Amino acid sequence: MIKIRGLQKSFHDQEVIKNIDLDISPGSVVVIIGPSGSGKSTFLRCLNGLEIPNNGIIEIDGLQLDFSKKVTQKQIIDLRRRTGMVFQNYALFPHLTVIENIIEGLITVKKLPKIEAIKIGEKLLEKVGLLTHKDYYPSQLSGGQEQRVAIARALAMDPKVMLFDEPTSALDPELVNEVLKVMKDLANEGMTMVIVTHEMKFAEEVANEVVFFDEGVIIEHGPPSLIFHNPKKERTKKFLSLIQ
Amino acid sequence: MYLNSIFHNPERLERLINIASSSFVPLLEGAITYTLPLTVITFTIGLVIAFFTALARIFGNRFLRGIAQGYVSIIRGTPLLVQLFIIFYGLPTVGLTISPFPSAIIGFSLNVGAYASEIIRAAILSIPKVQWEAAYSIGMTRSQAIRRIILPQATRVAIPPLSNSFIGLIKDTSLASLILVTEMFRRAQEIAATNYEFLFVYSIAAFIYWVICFIFSIIQGKIEGRLDRFVKTVGGVR
Repeated sequence: MIKIRGLQKSFHDQEVIKNIDLDISPGSVVVIIGPSGSGKSTFLRCLNGLEIPNNGIIEIDGLQLDFSKKVTQKQIIDLRRRTGMVFQNYALFPHLTVIENIIEGLITVKKLPKIEAIKIGEKLLEKVGLLTHKDYYPSQLSGGQEQRVAIARALAMDPKVMLFDEPTSALDPELVNEVLKVMKDLANEGMTMVIVTHEMKFAEEVANEVVFFDEGVIIEHGPPSLIFHNPKKERTKKFLSLIQ
Repeated sequence: MYLNSIFHNPERLERLINIASSSFVPLLEGAITYTLPLTVITFTIGLVIAFFTALARIFGNRFLRGIAQGYVSIIRGTPLLVQLFIIFYGLPTVGLTISPFPSAIIGFSLNVGAYASEIIRAAILSIPKVQWEAAYSIGMTRSQAIRRIILPQATRVAIPPLSNSFIGLIKDTSLASLILVTEMFRRAQEIAATNYEFLFVYSIAAFIYWVICFIFSIIQGKIEGRLDRFVKTVGGVR
């Protein structure tokens, strides 16, 4: 369902993503690991057009963007409507309440009537366990709660794939699990997910596929049992030994 | 000395009370019919100019950016009084005669537009990049992101400095007296010219300016309070 071919991205003269091919089947959970600066976040951001690749093809749910040609703004927006993004620092809209954060896209982008949008929003808040907090402002929430709202906000747009960019890295340790639990539930429901994370235990438990990134290329990928316990490449072994 | 001479001379005291009561109404009328409308109208027009100038400077191509930069540079680099004189006394030379009040509206609006555009530009740029990204990630276009996500947050940042501009503008409108707008200060000049009580009449005018500014700073506080409702307050420290 997601097909990536020859993806390449440079900042100035620095090539951050080098010729990446990857297939992601529907309902699978792909965890991307790798040292900082390896290009894994940039790769994720390319998947929803927050970074525009210099070259390559991204195909998501029948929409194909060929970055060797000029892509239009409309194509980028179509790409974003198929993907949901969760940021490291939550990025909730501070001037809107929890429920308003979630329905903002439904009302402004999808032009749903407010009553209908609120119904969808409340259902999602219930799912992430924060219905009682729907009228709070983000500044009144803990980091874990904020991130759960951010997940609900992304889900509200009914994306085909959810992208998580180090979703627990900014959290206090005791708040990490509540976010991981929501993500686990999501995976069990069959959501297609691409996750950049340092939570190796979570990756081992939830991922169908682990991708090891270094210096802008995929060094090795496969099921977690293989990557974590029986890596073939020297660089993977070295990275795993450093974090364990 | 001045006060002494007043209170030890009942006749003079009575004369001043008479002048006060007879000049207060025309001064207030000048404030209500010219000073305030001039301020409110030019500030509104100025904000619209400022908004588009700020957008041109942030998002425009080289051409739009150049125009916006040139405009801001010329207005900020020349005195307001000179600008007003060029519009009112200068333009008739090339066949463009504009009456006093519209001249003042044009001059002050262009002036507010240039200064406020810098405030709005800074306020928009102060919003973290990730807020744009979050807006884009839920499928918003740039104009939707500006309207729904960036401006509401930027407004909060811009209100204190914009209030400063507004209060400055209230007082700057007294310059319109020099292009024959019969706003409050011009009336004060006219009244003082007939009775020679310059200190007294100008002080009344100053007092009315101060009261107007005071009222607007209270309004500013209320607006800020409303916009701050989503900001975390811990133990009174923001």
